[in-house]
Amino acid sequence: MKYLDEYRDPECCRRLLAQIRRTVSRPWTVMEVCGGQTHGFLRYGLDQELAGCVELIHGPGCPVCVTPLESIDFAVELARRGDALVTSFGDMLRVPGSRESLMQVRASTGNVQVVYSPLDAVDLARRTPERQVVFFAVGFETTTPATALAVHQAHDLGLTNFSLLVSHVRVLPAMELLAADPQAGIHGFLAAGHVCTVAGFDSYVDFSRRHRMPVVVTGFEPVDLLSGVLECVEQLERGEARVANRYARSARAAGNQPALGLVADVYEPCDRPWRGLGVVPAGGLRLRAEWATWDAETRFPRQSQAVSEPPECRSGEVLTGRIKPPQCECFGVRCTPESPLGAPMVSAEGACSAYYRYAVARRETGSDSTRS
Amino acid sequence: MCLAIPGCVVDWIEKEPPFASATVEFAGVRRQVNMALVPEARVGDYVLVHAGVAISCIDAAEAQSVLETLREYALAEEEPEGGADSAAG
Repeated sequence: MKYLDEYRDPECCRRLLAQIRRTVSRPWTVMEVCGGQTHGFLRYGLDQELAGCVELIHGPGCPVCVTPLESIDFAVELARRGDALVTSFGDMLRVPGSRESLMQVRASTGNVQVVYSPLDAVDLARRTPERQVVFFAVGFETTTPATALAVHQAHDLGLTNFSLLVSHVRVLPAMELLAADPQAGIHGFLAAGHVCTVAGFDSYVDFSRRHRMPVVVTGFEPVDLLSGVLECVEQLERGEARVANRYARSARAAGNQPALGLVADVYEPCDRPWRGLGVVPAGGLRLRAEWATWDAETRFPRQSQAVSEPPECRSGEVLTGRIKPPQCECFGVRCTPESPLGAPMVSAEGACSAYYRYAVARRETGSDSTRS
Repeated sequence: MCLAIPGCVVDWIEKEPPFASATVEFAGVRRQVNMALVPEARVGDYVLVHAGVAISCIDAAEAQSVLETLREYALAEEEPEGGADSAAG
């Protein structure tokens, strides 16, 4: 596929790796913010290729992983009671709530449905006017324009049976917490290419200056990832700290203006608890008062109480880069993709799932699929 | 979840947001995509699509320039390595 295959070229990767090895004079610690990037690094074995040059710390950029337990429990409650047909992205269904997952509720009630797009949920509501449809809106800046569009469409169609359960999160406030954490020991960031495609990266300039860290806007394919790492270590070796864009085919400094206008119209920042990080100041988005009609939290009563995380799951330490997934005693033993204790083992972007899928398989077969 | 896939705009269906849409082809598979965020996209352009919504129009010149930079690395790499080989040989 155009714009994918050329960025997976093994020869280009080899050249970039050689250039990275020539550049570094000491090991550097770099956090890739987005879970999609984590999967890319592990899938292609780039973490092993970079060993000794760059230690990768996996960031919290997995929306499913950071969605608070009480939001999942409320979605479960809506479907369990039959108040609404609860729709969301597939990953969200398997995340364990405090008592059950949406997948389990689907099996026993049928009140849960996977959709590819929030706009499909709007269409579902249009076609079934007798039934309430809730879209469980999780995701970072990349996803917020799509759910804001859903609200605009529901408004224009005059739908009274569509609403959003909003659990959107914002990347930069979480990066602020991690950059200020001396235990994390991060030297530089690979910023999430698709978040920056929507939100731009002007806002990182001040961040980079204050924390004296390079921030490199980075894509998701192997060539993109290594190109981001190279830019980051080049800056670190020169003692520089600035924002650079290595995903210029999609991300621009000011972001996507129609998307930002739409999101600002529908949402406003709010403090939000992140699983693993606690309450992140301005770390979430909520519907503005003028769009409250489409807010599931005002439309339906909530009975479920706030609950604490299962004590044996160390996802908080994984999400803040303090431990790598295999350092958790439960990893691969009591916690597997089939029977997850926490969200990072469920999500296609979760660090635990990436290690389980790629690193464990690599060890078992004794092979490295990336060198083919 | 932030996954976005490049696809080629085949034809516009509707121009007015929030329902703006186009047929977009992904490796031979055609799908209707919301285009409200990329009003500038033209037929033949590639867009990045996330959750049924096009979030950017791919800049073909920028896409090319990255690959050209890599070619420069290749040239830079050949020089010292060539020297080492001849010394060893």
